[in-house]
Amino acid sequence: MTVAEIVFYLIAAVAIIGGIGVVTVPNVIHAAMFLVLSLLATAGFYILLSSEFLALVQILVYGGGVAVIILFGLMLTRGRELPLASSGAQWPAGLLASGVLLVGLLTAVLDSEWPRQTGEVALISMQNLAGALFRDWLLPFEIASLVLTVALIGAIVISRQEEGEA
Amino acid sequence: METAAEQIPLESFLFVSAILFSTGVFGVLSRRNAVQIIMSVELMLNAVAVNFVAFAAYTDGELFRGLIFAVFVIIIAAAEVGLALGLVLGVFRRRATANVDEVSQLKW
Repeated sequence: MTVAEIVFYLIAAVAIIGGIGVVTVPNVIHAAMFLVLSLLATAGFYILLSSEFLALVQILVYGGGVAVIILFGLMLTRGRELPLASSGAQWPAGLLASGVLLVGLLTAVLDSEWPRQTGEVALISMQNLAGALFRDWLLPFEIASLVLTVALIGAIVISRQEEGEA
Repeated sequence: METAAEQIPLESFLFVSAILFSTGVFGVLSRRNAVQIIMSVELMLNAVAVNFVAFAAYTDGELFRGLIFAVFVIIIAAAEVGLALGLVLGVFRRRATANVDEVSQLKW
C-alpha cells in the first residue's frame, strides 16, 4: 500500500463519515459541522488529483462562505427551541430509494471499463488554468457571474422584510 | 515522480462519489428541516464535482475541461445556497416553520 493510497482512504473515510453525519445526527448545528467536514475532505481529493486551485476554491467557498450562510440560515429559522432534525415519516422509503440508487451506481462503476491513467498528466500551472478559464471558457464564466449576481439580488429581494410586515 | 492519480484507480473516486451522492439523496428524501435538505443537496453537488475532477485527471490529458466544470458546479452551488436560504427565510417569516411538511397549502 502506497502513501497515496493510505491518504486516499483516510480522506474518503472522513468525507463519508461527514456525509453520513449530515443526514443522521439529530442536532442541525452538528449536521452543518459534519457538512463542512465532508466538503473540506473533498478539497483533499482535489489535491490528490493535482488540482490545487480547485482545492483552494473549495476551501474558500465552502469552508468560508457556504458554512457561514448555512449557519445564518439555521440561526434565523430557529423557532422557540433549537430545531431537532427529525426525520419525516418517509425515511424508510428514502433509505430504500437511496440504497437502490447506490447499488445501481456501484454496479455501473464495476461493470464499466475505465481508462487507466494516461501518464501524460503534468501538474497544471495556474497560468494554463487561467488561460483556459479566461480565453476558452470566457463566455460561460461571464454567464456564471451574471447567474451569481441575479441569484444574490433575488435572495435579498425575497428575504427582505417588507413594508408593514411585522 | 508518480502522481497520486497513477496509484489510485479511477474506480475508487467513483465509489466514494457514489456513496456521497446516495447519502445526499437519502438526506433530501428523509429530512424535514428545509436547511438540512439544502445541506444534503450540497453533498450531492459536491459528489458530482469530485466525479468531474476525477474523470478530468484520468481521461483528459489537458485536464482542464473537468476542472472548469467543477468550478462552475461550485459557482452554481453557492448561488443555490444563497437563493434557497432566502426562500427558507421568506417561508419562515410567513409560516413560522422551516419544516417542509408543514408548508402544505398547495398540496391537494
